[in-house]
Amino acid sequence: MLSGWGRMSPAECEVVRPAAPSHLSDATAGTGTWIARGLGRSYGDQAVNAGNRVLDLTQMNCMLGFDAGTGVVECEAGVSLEALIDTFLPRGYFLPVTPGTKYATVGGAIANDVHGKNHHAVGSFGNFVESFRLMTAEGNLLDCAPDQNSEVFWATVGGSGLTGAIVSARVRLQPVETGYVTVDYERCKNLDDVLARAHDGDDRYQYSVAWIDCLAKGGSLGRSVLMRGNHTPLSGLPTALSGNPYPGTARRMAIPFDFPGFVLNAASIKAFNEVFYLRHHTRQGVVTDWNTYFYPLDQIKKWNRMYGKRGFAQYQATFPEESVNGIVRLLERLSATRRASFLAVIKRMGSPNAGLLSHPIEGYTLNLDLPNRSGLVDFLHELDRILLDHGGRLYLAKDVCAKAETFAEMYPRLGEFRAVRNRLDPNNRLASNQARRLKLVEVPA
Amino acid sequence: MSAAAPRSVIIAGATSGMARACAAVFAREGYAVALGARNDEENERIANDLRVRYGGTAAAIHFEAADFDSHEGFLTACAEALGGEAGGLIYFAGTMAEQRAAEQDFTLARTMIDVNYTGCVSLTEAFARRCEARQAGFIGLVSSAAGDRGKQSNYIYGSTKGAMTVYAQGLRNRLFKSGVSVTTVKPGFVDTAMTFGMKLPPALTASPEQAAEAIFRGVVRRRDVVYVLWFWRYIMLIICAIPEWQFKKMGM
Ligand SMILES: Cc1cc2nc3c(=O)[nH]c(=O)nc-3n(C[C@H](O)[C@H](O)[C@H](O)COP(=O)(O)OP(=O)(O)OC[C@H]3O[C@@H](n4cnc5c(N)ncnc54)[C@H](O)[C@@H]3O)c2cc1C
Ligand SMILES: NC(=O)c1ccc[n+]([C@@H]2O[C@H](COP(=O)([O-])OP(=O)(O)OC[C@H]3O[C@@H](n4cnc5c(N)ncnc54)[C@H](OP(=O)(O)O)[C@@H]3O)[C@@H](O)[C@H]2O)c1
Repeated sequence: MLSGWGRMSPAECEVVRPAAPSHLSDATAGTGTWIARGLGRSYGDQAVNAGNRVLDLTQMNCMLGFDAGTGVVECEAGVSLEALIDTFLPRGYFLPVTPGTKYATVGGAIANDVHGKNHHAVGSFGNFVESFRLMTAEGNLLDCAPDQNSEVFWATVGGSGLTGAIVSARVRLQPVETGYVTVDYERCKNLDDVLARAHDGDDRYQYSVAWIDCLAKGGSLGRSVLMRGNHTPLSGLPTALSGNPYPGTARRMAIPFDFPGFVLNAASIKAFNEVFYLRHHTRQGVVTDWNTYFYPLDQIKKWNRMYGKRGFAQYQATFPEESVNGIVRLLERLSATRRASFLAVIKRMGSPNAGLLSHPIEGYTLNLDLPNRSGLVDFLHELDRILLDHGGRLYLAKDVCAKAETFAEMYPRLGEFRAVRNRLDPNNRLASNQARRLKLVEVPA
Repeated sequence: MSAAAPRSVIIAGATSGMARACAAVFAREGYAVALGARNDEENERIANDLRVRYGGTAAAIHFEAADFDSHEGFLTACAEALGGEAGGLIYFAGTMAEQRAAEQDFTLARTMIDVNYTGCVSLTEAFARRCEARQAGFIGLVSSAAGDRGKQSNYIYGSTKGAMTVYAQGLRNRLFKSGVSVTTVKPGFVDTAMTFGMKLPPALTASPEQAAEAIFRGVVRRRDVVYVLWFWRYIMLIICAIPEWQFKKMGM
């Protein structure tokens, strides 16, 4: 049984694991549909294909080359972000954009055009992809770049694996003097406060994100802790750390079994949120290592088990700048229905790129974790409605149950995407559960 | 005490999931590595990966386990690529045909015997002579717990590994006085291409990376026998303690 990271709606799939790119055509031969899968960190049913094939590409993980002058790495698509950090941070390079986990693959990062805490400043992962090689459903190898097969390039960036399997890619890393980030923490008393500060001050920071207490109500609705930082220059490193400017990864603790459903209840979540807010005073210049700053959740292996066997959904809602009051509506619904979110973050988003299904738009994005209790799907549909009314959109990497009509309204370039896809995959060999549900691919009647 | 072995190693069967992970640990620890595999394209892909990641010497050299006559030449090519005789050799090459099929078709059984056992003896003997000559070196032979007791479900594969285990014991005995170590590796279950799709119990199954760290540690510390996950030693003790009259009725 295979599912996404949220572990809702698992399905029986035929999983194959090609050992190398040369095995790809065998792995996709025959009939039925297939979809690529990386480390399975998307939350929903994006890399799941019930009754059909799923290509686990994690063994396709060789490095192909590195240009120390430009910082461009060429690697197979199954290389993890962790491997890129392990290999290139000691040489002074870090990921140009990183999601909140390092256990994602380069292929997955492209297929979801992932964004990080620096979206307001540099945009999403696709902006740093110099080129990639794609194996299409017809078995052709296609080299794509912004100026070569550019239609296919921008259909694949954010295209959820539905244009083929990304075999390898060239990614431009960013030079850093140390593996640390100098972080400023600011407490914000409510939503207006955090949005105003993000709007005015984010330009001074490469990275910016706010943790938000979604249990606070009334005048404190949206109280949060804004956490912003810049890569620490060598001169900014305390002497105790300057001997080892590029620290490695520490050991992880694991959640060895599923927590029973009652562990994460309204009371424990409220307590956590209370403590988090109280612990984070306004502080300046806290030097934090990359692993702690970017990947707090990675410290706990299999943390998704915390939500028990029924799993959880992550809901990401992105609102255009002018309709941020949609966030207020969402937060109000959340507290009215007592569906507490253990972790909620809000972040300002910058300019979008040309990815046809790429999620970011300029504005604000809100992220919620919601345990799978009864009525969750209906509740998420209700949130989708609010999002739609405010001209916002959801994110395919997080989506578990949206309706096809909703998605089509949120993504006006879906028609263009389908056209590129039909040309690349005339026999409809590519599909996933999500793609069938959202009608991203032709669904047989 | 013998002379220190050079920090270099030959990995025979380098395209194996476990071997690739192990070669990476050696490269990370600063060893020059010579990779032997029968598929030259895949072998070069892996060698290049190691060069990009770790920057040291990583050479891909053609190796066919069942072509016994080529083994001397293979070792010479490795020594050339490494700039001197390798400090050590680890033998990973192995195949496992389906037991029922191998009962019906001797060519399948024969391939297992050739690759897992005869090829191992042929290559390792040649390497052992070189080690003896300079009184230094380490050898790791990746056998299997399947060789500790014959089971109807895979005794042909198991017998090749059993032979390998006994071979390693004798060789260890012989090379001890030359300061050359011989380490028998019993990986237990490891998640590689060989076992992909089998329903292995997750708690008893190691990742190739875990296996690689254990093999590296065991071999450079000159251990006699290495289990990847410690409890496999006890699992095998229990399985081997069952009396034969009873075992034969168990249908394992
Ligand atoms: C703790 C956590 C934090 C996260 N934080 C963020 C965040 O801050 N920002 C953000 O944007 N995302 C975030 N994510 C989501 C995650 O970054 C994406 O889901 C990412 O795509 C996961 O990569 P993966 O390798 O696990 O891909 P999978 O989940 O295995 O697959 C995701 C999609 O990529 C496709 N795909 C994978 N490999 C290939 C390939 N080689 N060729 C073609 N298609 C391929 C699949 O078909 C599927 O559609 C987070 C996830 C977690 C668990
Ligand atoms: N996985 C386990 O649970 C497990 C448990 C106990 C022992 N083992 C042993 O561990 C070793 C490594 O296996 P693995 O699990 O990593 O599986 P694997 O990925 O299937 O590796 C087997 C390797 O042997 C090579 N090989 C096969 N025939 C060969 C030949 N004629 N000449 C040269 N090389 C040949 C294969 O090369 P190609 O890539 O060209 O096919 C491949 O590199 C094997 O000896 C296996 O018996 C494995």
